[in-house]
Amino acid sequence: MSRAERVACEDVVMFVNAAIASTAQREFHSDAAAQRLSLGFLHEYVLGNYRDLYAATLALDINHLNAAMIVTNLLRTAREASGEQRVTEGRLIAVRLRSLPPQRVYGVLRELRRLGVNNRRTRAIVRDWLATRPDPAFDAVKYRRSLAVAARHAHLRLPGEVGMALFDWRRPTRYETPILEAWRRAHFEQRALYELPYTVAEGLAAQHGIDRARFLSGIAPKLTDGERLRLQATAGRHKVHAIAMDLANAPLTRLAVYALSLPRRERARRRDELTGALHAAAHRAARRQAGTWGRVVAVLDDSYSAAGSGMKRRRPLAVALATHYLLETLAAEYTGLWLHHRGDPLLVHPIGATGLGERVLDGLQQRPDRLVIVSDGWDNAPPGQAGEVLRVWRTRLDPHQATSVVHLNPVYDADTFDVRRLDSGVATVGVRDAEDVAALVELARFATGSAEFVELRSHLANRVERFLNTEETAS
Amino acid sequence: MTTPADGITDGIDLTGLTAGPAQTWGAVRLVPLLRPIPITDLRLHARLQDPVDLSIVDVGGRTEYLSYIPHAFVATWTTDTTPAAAYGTQLCDPAGTIAVDCIRLAFHRRMARREDKQRLRFLPQHLAMEGYLALQFSGPTIAWQEWTRHAVTRGLSPRVEASYTGAAITGLDDALRVFEIHPDQCGMVLYVADVLAGAFVVPHPDDYRVLHPSLLEDFYGEMLFHYAYFHPAVPDFAARLDDTRIASVTDLRTQLAQVHTDWEAFHAVMAAGLLAAEPITVSPVQRMGRFTLSRFLPAFNPDTENHIGEIITDPSGRLAYLKTYRLSAAQTRRGHLLSQLAAHDWELDATATALGTDREGLTLRLDRAGFGHLLRPDIIDAARNRTRKLRSQATKARRPLD
Repeated sequence: MSRAERVACEDVVMFVNAAIASTAQREFHSDAAAQRLSLGFLHEYVLGNYRDLYAATLALDINHLNAAMIVTNLLRTAREASGEQRVTEGRLIAVRLRSLPPQRVYGVLRELRRLGVNNRRTRAIVRDWLATRPDPAFDAVKYRRSLAVAARHAHLRLPGEVGMALFDWRRPTRYETPILEAWRRAHFEQRALYELPYTVAEGLAAQHGIDRARFLSGIAPKLTDGERLRLQATAGRHKVHAIAMDLANAPLTRLAVYALSLPRRERARRRDELTGALHAAAHRAARRQAGTWGRVVAVLDDSYSAAGSGMKRRRPLAVALATHYLLETLAAEYTGLWLHHRGDPLLVHPIGATGLGERVLDGLQQRPDRLVIVSDGWDNAPPGQAGEVLRVWRTRLDPHQATSVVHLNPVYDADTFDVRRLDSGVATVGVRDAEDVAALVELARFATGSAEFVELRSHLANRVERFLNTEETAS
Repeated sequence: MTTPADGITDGIDLTGLTAGPAQTWGAVRLVPLLRPIPITDLRLHARLQDPVDLSIVDVGGRTEYLSYIPHAFVATWTTDTTPAAAYGTQLCDPAGTIAVDCIRLAFHRRMARREDKQRLRFLPQHLAMEGYLALQFSGPTIAWQEWTRHAVTRGLSPRVEASYTGAAITGLDDALRVFEIHPDQCGMVLYVADVLAGAFVVPHPDDYRVLHPSLLEDFYGEMLFHYAYFHPAVPDFAARLDDTRIASVTDLRTQLAQVHTDWEAFHAVMAAGLLAAEPITVSPVQRMGRFTLSRFLPAFNPDTENHIGEIITDPSGRLAYLKTYRLSAAQTRRGHLLSQLAAHDWELDATATALGTDREGLTLRLDRAGFGHLLRPDIIDAARNRTRKLRSQATKARRPLD
């Protein structure tokens, strides 16, 4: 492998790690501005040097922020792409936009307007995406300003009364479309408010001065799953029983974040419910792979830096907790080792220094098939010991690589433009949601830099093919 | 209140505390001090005041000095040895006697005083700073003719020293924020560019947890401010395992244990270097139950580090509370001059001989150190004239050689 190819391979892996882990929010060790600046630069760099691969990452499980950034950047610099590239990019963008949450896509559309990107191709992409939205009238109520901006910018023809509701809303005395009519009435009639989406109704309820508890019990049927989960604590405070939900249906990592947001006493009280829900979510995430991973040991970081930041409260710890339950499902035989915590993992609490080295050795000593480390990589007790242990293990004690080691890192390090590594020989991949762990471990073989660039290219091409086929046939 | 005589001891005894592994962030190195068995019958509280308040601390008589007080501590103390956890969790103070906020000035009558029967309130660092500032405060004990009337009758009043808040020290805020506090941590030794900035010890881990952010609000010497500004990063401990000597997991474990020992020793050496070597003068301020609150002053040796501080000990000498402040070189020189003058009853000639100089030299040194106003102007002028004359003679003598 030539030097250029090696560098290219490293750059792409670095970018994929960043695109999975980074959300440009404040982290424990760096602030939001540093994260944003670092991530923005990395996008520019990869876009300028490896445009094909940059677009191809849309097919991977990158997070929403980065998917939106990639779409924006590709459309912004469409002039630099060849005709063939544009075809692939167009397909990828179309498919990706369909899988993104609508508020993210509207964010992209607003950003395109801010940047003054307006050409026939972009307008067609916007038009096609809006055509896939199930109910434009609903969007006109829930994403009112964003839809107006997109429609004006992309010269869209809006169906029926939607255009009137957005641009000429003073005129009509009543609408035929039920949701638009409800929205009109909700401005002066409290009862109509409960037919609207929660985010819209909340503002109008404040205008009407409706009591929070009454509002919550009224709006309960209209809540989305995410909103319902977020409102659990509020519902408890206001004693609104209508919002109570079956936690078993929540996604794994979200559930872990929720569980860790509770005080430890409450976690202990609701232990059966929470553990059951986490197990159910893990089974759903593991699907057919459950029980196929052989003997697995996980070293999970519960040091103080796993507390995350004010913007991402306990996110690294929640990822570790979710991974714990997922691996328990995936493995035939599983051991989870926390750095400090002993006993029920549900009661884990971020505290103390990060002494990864000894725990990694504890894990390796069991000679598992797979060792998974979930940590932000700030190994400081003593500094860099985990890397040393892994190096010695690889070179001296396990030369045939009977144990495969993967380091999952939930935190993007702004200074190195990558997730922080323990050792250059250990596969380190970024992780955002524990649900993706199975797919990430597949990617991990490229992360040590030992794989060929051709191999990486063909892997990405495969992923793109699979992504486009499944999504395009699904639609 | 009893005030026993001052005592001179060799350094501060850190028995009961072990130095934990350090964590570094830029130029700041933080070494935690761990206490396996916490002291439960003495607890401390932070009383936060408006940090922009400029407080005037009244230490009695004509000795008011201006200083910035970010917060005040309250010492809780129980007569029996029941755990004081009930106090530990409440942070509000029962007797709010100093909440004079409307004129943006808070008057504290003295730095350490009883608030009620069971409590002792003192302001962090100020006790030590008071001790340092009041050093030879009353001025010349014998009215030698060289000293001004003002110096003889009114002493050194007012004496003022400047220092920096922790927030002004580059990187200290981030270092304290990302520091991973140990579960049984009761103290912290703080290095800036590997220079000891201060040590802080409390009786109980819960107290430490509460007071950890107050390290940022405390004050530090000028030197640390500059060191933090100019020094990008301190080297961290790096241990490389010797993989040629490892053939089994047991070997690896042995080497890890060795690294761990080296690493702890590395910090233990650094932490011990600070407080063990130099003789210090400890003067008890107040005694309550079995605890003694005292302040200490260093030997004022200009060639070494000098720390002032305050300390609470129990009868066996075990450390319950400690806070130190590192004097800058100029502050040490001032302290050194004052203590030398006092040792020779403020007689200029005897002091000059002790310092290895002559009368003029000492006069000029006093002037440069900021004590010129204590000497009669004609004495200083004479010294200046004489030096100038000597210098011009030396120049003339050299000229024919050109």
